Amino acid sequence: MAGTLRVAVVRFPGSNCDLDAVRALDSIPGVAPDLVWHEDGAVSGYDAVVLPGGFSFGDYLRGGAIAARSPALRRIARLAEKGVPILGICNGFQILIEAGLLPGALLRNTTLRFVCRWVAVRVENDRTPFTRRMKKGQVMRMPIAHNEGRYTAPPAELRRLASDGRIVFRYCDESGEVTRASNPTGTSQNIAGICNKDGNVVGLMPHPERAADRVLSPFDTEDGALLFASLLRRE
Amino acid sequence: MSKARSFSVKVVISNREGASDPEGETIYRDLVSKSGYSQVRGIRSGKFLRFEVAAPDAGSAKDLVARICDELRIYNPAAHSITVEA
Repeated sequence: MAGTLRVAVVRFPGSNCDLDAVRALDSIPGVAPDLVWHEDGAVSGYDAVVLPGGFSFGDYLRGGAIAARSPALRRIARLAEKGVPILGICNGFQILIEAGLLPGALLRNTTLRFVCRWVAVRVENDRTPFTRRMKKGQVMRMPIAHNEGRYTAPPAELRRLASDGRIVFRYCDESGEVTRASNPTGTSQNIAGICNKDGNVVGLMPHPERAADRVLSPFDTEDGALLFASLLRRE
Repeated sequence: MSKARSFSVKVVISNREGASDPEGETIYRDLVSKSGYSQVRGIRSGKFLRFEVAAPDAGSAKDLVARICDELRIYNPAAHSITVEA
């Protein structure tokens, strides 16, 4: 179909949010998702790529560290250079970091616990291909579910991310205030998501695919759908 | 011709100095310190890997493992440091 945006959702052994991502994308008119096995070369032919959440390769060594060396990531790195939108969700974010497509590290939560709950995040950058249908300052409801989501980077890198507008989402309270109490994992500067220099590679810990349908949200929201709908430019 | 022997190379990955290490801090504070071992000044947690490597000598086994750790990103230099010992 002309005008259809084709999106690859890359599945690794241990991915478990892949089908949710496909479903969330499929519900956006004009977006056609495919599930692509990480060892297939097919990923190169798509208009956008989503690395879903889960526990790729059992999270052995570190979340995302082994998947980052998959042949799919070499192809994805080439797509990223060409400006193709790439989204990493949770484990997908960890993979993008381990592959060097995003800077820094995601360490174990300060609580040393797997944190699984709905959070609020504030949109800090509404110019990426995954946030352009949002407004800066908008508060989004999405769940998080992870053990290693405490973003960190050397102090100079953190300053650069902030000054270059590359922090995409920050954990906040219901009114949109970024507070210590609203930081669920001890992550630096309440960072929930970042992007690369060109803005086309975005990683976030919250799960938009689990927040894209009102039936799944305790707040009767579908904020997550906005990330996927953003792939289509506003007319 | 010298025959390659097998060497055991030990790699410890830990959070970089200055990066908070909640696991090490908890073991230190809530187990060791609270049990009265005031001589212990701090604990850092880490991950341990032992590589079995065929190499002509211990030095080259260690060099190879150090290279692998960098190349395959066995550690994330943004947050971790490693020690490699043959």
